Amino acid sequence: MQPQPQRPSHKRLILRLTVIVVGMFVFAVGVLPPMYEVICNITGLNGKTANQAADASNVMVNAERTITVQFLADTDPAMAWSFKANTFSLKVHPGEIHQVDFHVRNPTNRSIVGHAVPSVSPGQATSYFKKTECFCFRNQTLAGGEEMDMPLIFYVDPEIPESVQTITLSYQLYDITDKTQKQDLANNYALSPR
Amino acid sequence: MAEHHGPMKGIKRWIFATNHKDIGAMYLWFSFIMFLTGGFMAMIIRAELMYPGLQLVDPNFFNQMTTTHGLIMVFGAVMPAFVGLANYMIPLMIGAPDMALPRLNNWSFWILPFAFSILIFSIIQSFLGIADAPNFGWTFYAPLSTKYGPASTDFFIFSVHMMGISSIMGAVNVIVTIFNLRAPGMTMMKMPLFVWTWLITAFLLIAVMPVLAGVVTMMLTDRHFGTSFFDAAGGGDPVLFQHVFWFFGHPEVYIMILPAFGIVSAILPTFARKPLFGYASMVYATASIALLSFLVWAHHMFTVGLPLAGSLFYMYMTMLIAVPTGVKVFNWVATMWRGSMTFEVPMLFAIAFVILFTIGGFSGLMLAITPVDQQYHDTYFVVAHFHYVLVTGAVFSIIAGVYYWLPKWTGRMYNITLAKIHFWCSLVFVNLLFFPMHFVGLAGMPRRYSDYSLQFADFNWWISIGGFGFGLSQLILLWVLIQVCFQKKGEKVDDSVWEGADGLEWTLSSPPPYHSFTTPPVIK
Repeated sequence: MQPQPQRPSHKRLILRLTVIVVGMFVFAVGVLPPMYEVICNITGLNGKTANQAADASNVMVNAERTITVQFLADTDPAMAWSFKANTFSLKVHPGEIHQVDFHVRNPTNRSIVGHAVPSVSPGQATSYFKKTECFCFRNQTLAGGEEMDMPLIFYVDPEIPESVQTITLSYQLYDITDKTQKQDLANNYALSPR
Repeated sequence: MAEHHGPMKGIKRWIFATNHKDIGAMYLWFSFIMFLTGGFMAMIIRAELMYPGLQLVDPNFFNQMTTTHGLIMVFGAVMPAFVGLANYMIPLMIGAPDMALPRLNNWSFWILPFAFSILIFSIIQSFLGIADAPNFGWTFYAPLSTKYGPASTDFFIFSVHMMGISSIMGAVNVIVTIFNLRAPGMTMMKMPLFVWTWLITAFLLIAVMPVLAGVVTMMLTDRHFGTSFFDAAGGGDPVLFQHVFWFFGHPEVYIMILPAFGIVSAILPTFARKPLFGYASMVYATASIALLSFLVWAHHMFTVGLPLAGSLFYMYMTMLIAVPTGVKVFNWVATMWRGSMTFEVPMLFAIAFVILFTIGGFSGLMLAITPVDQQYHDTYFVVAHFHYVLVTGAVFSIIAGVYYWLPKWTGRMYNITLAKIHFWCSLVFVNLLFFPMHFVGLAGMPRRYSDYSLQFADFNWWISIGGFGFGLSQLILLWVLIQVCFQKKGEKVDDSVWEGADGLEWTLSSPPPYHSFTTPPVIK
């Protein structure tokens, strides 16, 4: 072998590069998803409304503006329930509190757990769409053949930008019966999946 | 110092290979086999699309073909070909005796055949009608690949994990070799541009291949372990998949083109008999393209509903990439300007690269414009764009590099007439194949469908003819390679091979000794 006296250390360089590799993997799995959620919560980017009830006290009604709110109700292809909004469209003044009911029916003969995921369009309206009560805050369980009206109580924040004339609120309803069972299983093992 | 041993005998030479030339050769042959495999799938796609209506395959199988064609070409053909060229050429270009980590090198290569066996196994299953191969497109968007993916998606996930490990180890090896094993006097700014572009590519690889591994890992846990990263029902978001995927995916496309820039920057000066114009600006342009590649990923997602500010940011950043790329194209043209040009086979491919890659770059610039992209998104215009940059860009540069260095590797000149026929057939057919795709794309033909409206029929017939022609033309390359490598045909060449060739690799004999630069060369 040729002696190579002043060659820099391979080991140190490899170690540093390995740190980058591991760091990028952790970044992709552990940092990007929560970061995405935080950015979406701040900007309303993915149209997801807040998961907690908003406080409706101290809200002033602005009767000079009228905003059209449209409601869409869809089910995931794997979801057996029928799901529709009892009101399709509503003209509201910012600050006014309204209730809209969504009708669900479980046509099967088994109990199913459903979860509704909201999405607001345009995205910039998301953080101004306030819900004081929503069926989407919790999972819903319907026994076979059961049906019910699920309430949504909301108001539009008067601070909403002038450019927004129409807000569309869409719900996608998922069958999460399997997932809730898995979740129970996971909780038994003291794991906490997202 | 004399060589202390030669290669091992028989198959052991290849299984236990630690010599960079042996491993480089294996990488190149492997990628060529994958190129023909992925090409065969493209032939099935084009045969189905030759006429409107369903002829040969059912839509599900068609989707499996588009998916695996993309995966095999990206991860099996283009990337290993560049790693092979890096293995063979970087030690010769910087005066190193071998790659810095020869055993790791052996491992990075030998993972690949296993990774692709897993993927190809699911394709064979599909051919035999046992089970579906991955059918969700090479971008494997969730929830198509998570909730609705076939069982073979798990094979796909492990296969991608293994390819990633192989690429990362290859990249680490390249960086350590370039940083630590340069011959005395070979300063960073004296390195050939191929070495520079590969150094930057290697950093891109170690930065984004772990992200790819991460995204497929999240897919795996979503599929089997109850997480909901990409599942809206459990509080996740499928759009997150696209963000993470393209955070990997955009640097990935530069991984597939930066080494091509290096190859072309080696070939053009040789046959223009002038030094490369603007060497330093080439280095800085490559580095800025690499940095910008991390800031443009959402331009693949203009239609998911980005906020206006986001769309504008990604649009402007994407258009900014045209500046360093323009610097490069300008430098290549300026290198040829008033040079004593001759048109040997590598030069023909390199010039075709400069022109056709620029066409692909321009259609990329069109796609960068958000409102325009709303119309072009997921049409054949996109297919035309990325095939111009990947086929007439990356693949042409690899072929140019092979024709340029093949006499050095084997010590024999290949059959020039056959090689020229290969070039002209490839050039004509590749344009017949991809240029009309711009037109059908602009007219609204969507990608990834096994059928189309009647008004696209004539163009698609011509596109298919171009596809078959281009595919068959590559068999000429196979024939040229067999003649030189296995039949040992062709005239012996001298050390420098090409009249205007400059660089350390041309100071060695042709073929170079099994162990080269065991004593570091002196750099002027």
